[in-house]
Amino acid sequence: MPSSARSETLRDSLGLGLAVGLYGVAFGAAAVAAGLAPWQASVMSLLMFTGASQFALIGVIGAGGSALAAVGSALLLGTRNTVYGVRLLPLLAPRGVRRFGTAHWVIDETTALAVSAPDRGLARLAFLVGGGSIFVMWNATTLVGAFGAAALGGAAKAALDAVVPAAFLALLWPRLRSSFPEAAVQRRVALGGAVVALVLTPFVPPGVQVVSAVVAVALAGPPRKVAA
Amino acid sequence: MTGGTLWTVVLAGSLGCYLLKLAGLSVPAAWVQQPWVTRVVDFVPAALLAALVVVQAVSVGRDLVLDGRLVALAVAALALALRAPFIVVLVLAGATGALVHVLWGW
Repeated sequence: MPSSARSETLRDSLGLGLAVGLYGVAFGAAAVAAGLAPWQASVMSLLMFTGASQFALIGVIGAGGSALAAVGSALLLGTRNTVYGVRLLPLLAPRGVRRFGTAHWVIDETTALAVSAPDRGLARLAFLVGGGSIFVMWNATTLVGAFGAAALGGAAKAALDAVVPAAFLALLWPRLRSSFPEAAVQRRVALGGAVVALVLTPFVPPGVQVVSAVVAVALAGPPRKVAA
Repeated sequence: MTGGTLWTVVLAGSLGCYLLKLAGLSVPAAWVQQPWVTRVVDFVPAALLAALVVVQAVSVGRDLVLDGRLVALAVAALALALRAPFIVVLVLAGATGALVHVLWGW
């Protein structure tokens, strides 16, 4: 394989790890603001290791939601990774017990890195280096955010409360940009989800409105006839 | 929620998310690559993340409450529209929330 493609893959993979690390600080701080102990936030980053699900779980807990609603929203967002696994299998072809290790790193970022690599060798390299750097950074910065937030108090609490909805908006935003596939449909579904959650809030136990918002996916309509 | 329940939520959620990842590497691709499955999976994040934005910005339990969080969200939206980096968006939102709290006590 050409060495320039190799070094480009390495640079992209390592760089993504550093960028994603910033979200880890936000997650750790938001988890503590939601009422988790700093160690619980850290164990989530270690064992769950899929950002959107982690944010959703603590979002529901922070809103006073039930255990079932919290786990349910995390699992709904975790279904993405099942689809990613199917896409990655022919590229990575993990054998035997390596399948169990590989599975843990199947997330948005590692899938994007592996799928966009020019060949299978580089796809594996991108997955390993990207997964490794993201895993290390995500866990290190979760610790910083969680223990940092636990040490804060007073007006910092109001700041943290304001950071959490902004973090969700920042996670959502790229899907609404016109460059995203079917951005107009994504916007319609997002608006539908927001309306469902808002309308249900006074009437259902906290957290249930978040899981219920999944019905807004119906606004996307049936699959298009041209299959991928 | 007690610490014990929280640990259960953390561990059950983690196990479930891991099994979803493992399923993708283990089940026949045809099961997952049905058009309606990928259709739903493509749009679940938009619906759920938008719901979480709303719930986190304006709810306290079952009550709808307008406070510094909503002002901070508007500032965050503006920053995102101007393509500010993630960390800048969060710092601006946090500073706005703190400022509104200090000035008006919301």
